[in-house]
Amino acid sequence: MPQTITEKILAKHCGKKEVHPGELIECDVDLVLGNDITAPPAIKQFNLIGVDKVFDPDKIYLVPDHFTPEKDRKSAEQVQMMREFAKKYKITHFFEIGCVGVEHALLPEMGAIKPGDLIIGADSHTCTYGALGAFSTGVGSTDMAAAMATGKVWLKVPEAIKFVMNGKLNKWVEAKDLILYVIGLIGVDGARYMTMEFTGDTISNLSVEGKLTMANMAIEAGGKNGIFEADGWKSDKDAHYAKVIEIDCSKIEPQIAFPHLPSNTRGVSKSTDVKIDQSVIGSCTNGRIEDLRVAANVLKGRKVHKDVRLVILPATQKIYKQAMKEGLFEIFMAAGGVITTPSCGPCLGGHLGILAEGERAIATTNRNFVGRMGHPKSEVYLSNVAIAAASAILGRIGSPEEL
Amino acid sequence: MKGIAHKFKDNIDTDLIIPARYLNTSDPVELAKHCMEDADPDFVKKVSDGDFIVGGENFGCGSSREHAPIAIKAAGISAVIAKSFARIFYRNAINIGLPILESKEAADQIAEGDEIEVDLTTGKIKNLTKNQNHQAQSFPEFMQSLINAGGLIEYIKNLRSHGGGPK
Repeated sequence: MPQTITEKILAKHCGKKEVHPGELIECDVDLVLGNDITAPPAIKQFNLIGVDKVFDPDKIYLVPDHFTPEKDRKSAEQVQMMREFAKKYKITHFFEIGCVGVEHALLPEMGAIKPGDLIIGADSHTCTYGALGAFSTGVGSTDMAAAMATGKVWLKVPEAIKFVMNGKLNKWVEAKDLILYVIGLIGVDGARYMTMEFTGDTISNLSVEGKLTMANMAIEAGGKNGIFEADGWKSDKDAHYAKVIEIDCSKIEPQIAFPHLPSNTRGVSKSTDVKIDQSVIGSCTNGRIEDLRVAANVLKGRKVHKDVRLVILPATQKIYKQAMKEGLFEIFMAAGGVITTPSCGPCLGGHLGILAEGERAIATTNRNFVGRMGHPKSEVYLSNVAIAAASAILGRIGSPEEL
Repeated sequence: MKGIAHKFKDNIDTDLIIPARYLNTSDPVELAKHCMEDADPDFVKKVSDGDFIVGGENFGCGSSREHAPIAIKAAGISAVIAKSFARIFYRNAINIGLPILESKEAADQIAEGDEIEVDLTTGKIKNLTKNQNHQAQSFPEFMQSLINAGGLIEYIKNLRSHGGGPK
């Protein structure tokens, strides 16, 4: 029977020739990931199982990135628990400050992900690695604990939606706009429990960074995983899809997701009356070097609006160093922005740029839920990098075309 | 189990269930104090032990934080009834032993404050206030065995004590 990439990877990891949607399977995992929010409860659960070793100390990644550098005593204690666990079980990949970065930027950068891999992470944006042709999905802390002990995870083989995306991108349109457009089209549960497979000319022409941005937000449509062809891993011609959706990308303009759902999208041209207090450029969605170059291109020789705070978060140390080397920091600082250490920080309302009551931010992050970046009565508008940079200058949501 | 229904809309995300500003701990007692805070600041005050949360579509969407079902369970909620659940929340709830029931009909017809009785073994939901009965969807066999064991950790421990699972 013809199979999708996702079905092929799942079959390979449960020792079967083929798998079918709806089937419950037990799979071997190639990599297990946890962060400073999700790993501590996983460690507590692991300790209850009563094993005296982890399944493979080289395949567990512990990345304290959410509140790093630890913002308060309690979060420091969470990381302390991870550090001690890593030492006790001789886990190779624990990341201290100085090498830590936002997990979903860090792991691909290290070459930790290979096409055809099966990865689970106690972080919903673990779906990011589908960009590299891996089956990768978010789970909770207990699943992480079980996988650390057994090297296995149970999964339901998902149905799949194929998105065939063709057409030349308009000026200032980025991969972020494609995924926001898709989420706007199908809704925050449009792909619930399902695989989102992206294909077509527009997709083939995307950079790896662009694909990472798109796969990252599969979860915002409820998807189990997002996936792209890579290195010989591709779907068979007659593979079964629950739905095929064709999209003409030449008709898409930069998208803004209004509060409080990522599916609440509008074109930027219909969003220009929204005043902002803060612009955030970074996160596992858009904190890579390509993103920082786009931001610098827009900000060069310009000044951030007097009523706006611009916070830029390079996602990893390597990206930070590269951006510094390319002179991007001088552009950001001359414009009046600040550059922070790699961290998830404000994206989830942790630290490094939290909103007060009534404040609004435009952000290149992935969620705009109530209270996501701070006060429950603050607002987050999601956009691509060029729009977030242009809006910082304009003092309201707008396009670089208006500068 | 018997209790009062607390109703919520569609797409209740995990930031509403437990905001990230409280995620510098995973202590259930601490988390329970802030359960549903950004959806209803008075929720914790209104809840009595054994009450139910009744949600709409896609309950628990967003982050993978297990702190969400942990907070709900520790707040005294006996089960969550919804039209549908987001994938990771669904796994997490089963894994930590928070009962969840999927029923569009029940979620539609139960009103805020209705008195509800649930039989987890049969999936029968009784609305005592309105004198209505609803049937929740049954779980696949494997998930039912996880639920019967009391969650994934207990399930693995049982396997080990019978000679299976990791050594």
